[in-house]
Amino acid sequence: MIEIKNVSKTYDTGNKALKNVNIQIEDGEFVFIMGRSGSGKSTLMKLLLKETEPTSGRIIVNDMDLQKMPRRYVPKYRRKLGVVFQDFRLLRDRNVFENVAFAQRVVGASSRSIRESVPRMLKLVGLSAKYKSLPQHLSGGEQQRVAIARALINRPEVLLADEPTGNLDHGNAVEIMKLLEEINSRGTTVVVVTHSQELVEQMGKRVITLERGRLISDEMKGGFAT
Amino acid sequence: MRISTCFYCLKQGMKNICRNIWFSLASVATISACIFLFCLFFSVISNVRYMVKHVESTVGITVLFDETLGDEEIRALGEEIGRRSEVREMVYTSAQEAWEEFKKEYFAGNEALAEGFADDNPLSGSASYEIYLNDIAQQDELVEYLEGLEGVRRVNYSNSAVAGFSSFNKVIGLLSLVIIGVLLAVSVFLINNTISVAAAFRKQESQIMRLIGATNFMIRAPFIVEGVVIGIFGAVIPLAAMYFLYTRSVVYLVERFRILSGVLEFMPIGDLYPEMIGVALLLGVGIGFFGSFFTIRKYLRV
Repeated sequence: MIEIKNVSKTYDTGNKALKNVNIQIEDGEFVFIMGRSGSGKSTLMKLLLKETEPTSGRIIVNDMDLQKMPRRYVPKYRRKLGVVFQDFRLLRDRNVFENVAFAQRVVGASSRSIRESVPRMLKLVGLSAKYKSLPQHLSGGEQQRVAIARALINRPEVLLADEPTGNLDHGNAVEIMKLLEEINSRGTTVVVVTHSQELVEQMGKRVITLERGRLISDEMKGGFAT
Repeated sequence: MRISTCFYCLKQGMKNICRNIWFSLASVATISACIFLFCLFFSVISNVRYMVKHVESTVGITVLFDETLGDEEIRALGEEIGRRSEVREMVYTSAQEAWEEFKKEYFAGNEALAEGFADDNPLSGSASYEIYLNDIAQQDELVEYLEGLEGVRRVNYSNSAVAGFSSFNKVIGLLSLVIIGVLLAVSVFLINNTISVAAAFRKQESQIMRLIGATNFMIRAPFIVEGVVIGIFGAVIPLAAMYFLYTRSVVYLVERFRILSGVLEFMPIGDLYPEMIGVALLLGVGIGFFGSFFTIRKYLRV
């Protein structure tokens, strides 16, 4: 479960990115976080990834209080999260298999485990046939699938996706959303930051809307504040 | 840590080197130049110390005894002196041996002239001990002891030699420290630049690693491997060059300055090289390790 309690974040520049935000996300939920540029969506993601600290308030992820977490425990915490970015962030000098395997290597997985789990994950995202391809030879949708496979390979409890369809055409965006839904159906909590109202309406999931750092709506079935 | 993880870090470190091959080569070249200079100074300093030690070992104290003392009394005194910790070696020259030496040197070809002194040794009071020290710096202490001994007539020694050798040794030591310090600073600066460039190339990769839960060690390891490998190459190249250069230089200098063969006593490469290998490799690995370790720290904010 993710609990965000009275969280505010003011950057050193004086920019108030989040103002007293309260959110609770249950295990296995699929949640969209919507809002315009500057609404505080990305700050919220950074807080969940413990890339930055809140100015006030508490964030608790699966019973772990992020403010009380020692720095040395941060890598272990992040292994429980999967992260997907708008710009995919794939390693261009490594093929699809190596990009996915990379996430396992950096957490010290054995070669045997990598050989077993990477093909399984590529099958799940529908890229088994392209395991030897370099990212730049794939379409945007395929690159995002690789990024999702990389995010899921270490079996995270929560998948955080920051504008995962931002660089994709509508068809690919729908495919990626279907994939995220399938991942969610297998028990992973999915949090998607997006500004695509069309996709959000289509998916019919819980939608949290932020505006200028404040939570302005929290609707259960694809509703959002306009 | 798993063996596969070790291999992964090693592989990534080697890949880093290949990816930025020109930067890596430039780093190897500059570290090589620094370590070569270090080796050069190291061999010069080692040889100077070796020569000084050699010369020191030939500088002795001559003790002359009262003419009234008999041979046995002098030898007894000699035994007492020989028990001192400063004494490395003692050579006794009796009055008769001193006269024989003198004859050989000054009456060569005119032995008949010396026969006039056959029954009256003109050097009868010149029985002496030639004393060689373990450390020439202890000379003053021993001389003071000898001059205070009953039966000792005179102690001959060279004050300037002691002062000269001791201060020369100190200067060489200090000079070597300064030079090594400067070279170390230059080398660390150079490896810093190389690792910074490598880190900039791999910035995105490091960011992804951080976000998917890689430990600092895992992010750091490939860069440290890179630094250490560059450091090892940076040490091996000048060591090979020094071996070649040293053996040839010694042969040339010995032949060229044969007249100074008593003073120019070069350290054999077998004695010099093991120590030089150890120090140069330690220096190369140390520069690589610490240079990369501290450079990469700023990329590790979690």
